[in-house]
Amino acid sequence: MAVTNNLRNSFFLTLIPVGAIGCAMDKNQGKTGGIKGYFTKHHVYVMGCLTLLCFSCGYFWRSDVLMMTPWFAPIVWEGTYNFEILNEQFRQRNVTVGLTVFAIKKYVVFLKTFLETAEMYFMVGHRVNYYIFTDRPEEVPQVALKEGRNVVVLQVPNSPRWQEISMRRMEVLSYFSQQRFINEVSYLVCVDVDMKFNDQVGVEILSDLFGTLHPGFYTAERQSFTYERRPASQAYVPSDEGDFYYMGSIFGGTVMEVYKLTKKCHEAIMVDKANGIEAIWQEESHLNKYFLYHKPSKILSPEYMWDDNLGRPEILKKRRFLAVRKNHAAIRNK
Amino acid sequence: IRLNLLQESYNIIQHWPLSYSPGSLNPAYVASVSLRDLAGLRRKWPVSFCLLPFSSSFRRRDVLTLTPWLAPIVWEGTFNSELLDSAYKPLNLTIGVTAFAVGKYTTFVGRFVESAEKLFMKGCWVNYYIFTNNPQAIPRVQLQPGRSLSIIPIKKYSHWQEISMRRMEVINRHIAEVSHREVNYLFCLDIDMVFHNPWGVETLGEMVAAIHPGYYNIPRSQFPYERRSSSAAFIPNSQGDFYYAGAVFGGLVKQVYEFTRACHMTILADKANGIMAAWQEESHLNRHFFSHKPSKLLSPEYVWDDTKPQPPEVRLIRFSTVNKDYKEIRD
Repeated sequence: MAVTNNLRNSFFLTLIPVGAIGCAMDKNQGKTGGIKGYFTKHHVYVMGCLTLLCFSCGYFWRSDVLMMTPWFAPIVWEGTYNFEILNEQFRQRNVTVGLTVFAIKKYVVFLKTFLETAEMYFMVGHRVNYYIFTDRPEEVPQVALKEGRNVVVLQVPNSPRWQEISMRRMEVLSYFSQQRFINEVSYLVCVDVDMKFNDQVGVEILSDLFGTLHPGFYTAERQSFTYERRPASQAYVPSDEGDFYYMGSIFGGTVMEVYKLTKKCHEAIMVDKANGIEAIWQEESHLNKYFLYHKPSKILSPEYMWDDNLGRPEILKKRRFLAVRKNHAAIRNK
Repeated sequence: IRLNLLQESYNIIQHWPLSYSPGSLNPAYVASVSLRDLAGLRRKWPVSFCLLPFSSSFRRRDVLTLTPWLAPIVWEGTFNSELLDSAYKPLNLTIGVTAFAVGKYTTFVGRFVESAEKLFMKGCWVNYYIFTNNPQAIPRVQLQPGRSLSIIPIKKYSHWQEISMRRMEVINRHIAEVSHREVNYLFCLDIDMVFHNPWGVETLGEMVAAIHPGYYNIPRSQFPYERRSSSAAFIPNSQGDFYYAGAVFGGLVKQVYEFTRACHMTILADKANGIMAAWQEESHLNRHFFSHKPSKLLSPEYVWDDTKPQPPEVRLIRFSTVNKDYKEIRD
């Protein structure tokens, strides 16, 4: 039956992405391009107890940690993924990732190390836009960038209180997501600036919506999570609820999901303001409230948000994103 | 012409009214959720959650539950149906099911649909699409409200292999013409099967494949991939992730469209070269899932072979073959 109907033809035209056309395989596809089978040397059985492990591309069995939540969100630890396969998947889709960071007032001093280490470890081999929000654009350092990576400096107002600056980030992010990021990137990663990259932070983190486990609470019980406990606040979480305690320093997802999250958090912050209350950990409290009722589709282990002051537990095979030492009194409110 | 596709980017990031607690001994009743109503959601979860092992009842240590590309593998015990239902139900999704009942295979339709009515996506809108060369032979089965069945006439080919392989083309065409407008997710199932246990929203994903029950526990080199390099379905000896069953695949309707199209193209390429893959469209399906990895895998619970004894790691058999005499039923 020949396909002659115009409607059908144009449907095919709109729906066929270039990638699918490349699916008409030539016999060499498996050997050269495309995705190599990851277990090149050893056999892996679906039954874990018979698994002979293959250590290529970073993948090995982790029996010491929870790897997936009951809503099928993987928890990303070293060893749970094969970076070659994931890199190939994302390169096929030619994604651009936006990394947002706020360097207000004296926090500009952190930018140099932040950007230099990001060049070494963040989404290497993929296209990246660094979005630097600052009130001092002239103090943004020049850092040599690799191919396909850009810095975009965006000016924002500052504020006398650091808590205010911290919370305003939600408003700024939601505004720019809608105005700009939706047209420029596929995924957003929103991080704190007083940090440095120490090891690979790559496409394994990308998902519709991801949050990161707070390094101080990943072994704690729900009751001791530092959620906002006053019912008067929008960020209130009762003591018998809560899955995890997420860190406000690194979260992200598709632009649409980040927009929804930041918008919701910003609105909640405004309601609290109107009621004369400020959540105990500012926007982190609101973020946790959001993640409780909008569960992330991927969760990053504390490897992705570590502070060396917490030591080096056995469970931590890599420390990818580290807090930089700072003198809080000197740097805040200046 | 811009076609009115249903919003395809459904994700599970919707309103989740519950907290998760793996150690809870009583995950019973779930209040129906209104988005604003948080008061009714207070639950008593006696055990708190902990990331370190041994404390989670939603955990399988005996089987692989996550692929190296971070796709979940759905086994009983890896998910919480309550949580998932509470997230998916408000989305009012419509799930499509395609099945081919050609020639003598029409005898399987009754049992397939009857068991699906009890166990497949309960509580969701479901459209069954039964493709057949003999619409008269399709029995009328009583359906639950919100569920419908369409009978679509198709041509019968002389060889069962041809019938099997043409499914990709037919499904693809049907999506383009009809189902893209009617469903959000589509599952393409074999008809000579029966549901024995619930098959729910835990199976929904962008692109979903099922692990073949005969090959989940053996080395890759023994997978019955197409091994002749002249075929478009060729997978070399050292490569491949899993052996997926041709009897079950699915996902977002747009993804299934693209997948069936790609499979059909490679099937045609083989035809032009005068070669037929070892396991017909299943070989092509495996080739494509190797290059474009599924976002979710279903364990063999979801595609079982009744002639095999049930091993301990398969706690539930949800969907399984009906015993039949192949000689009698084919051609």
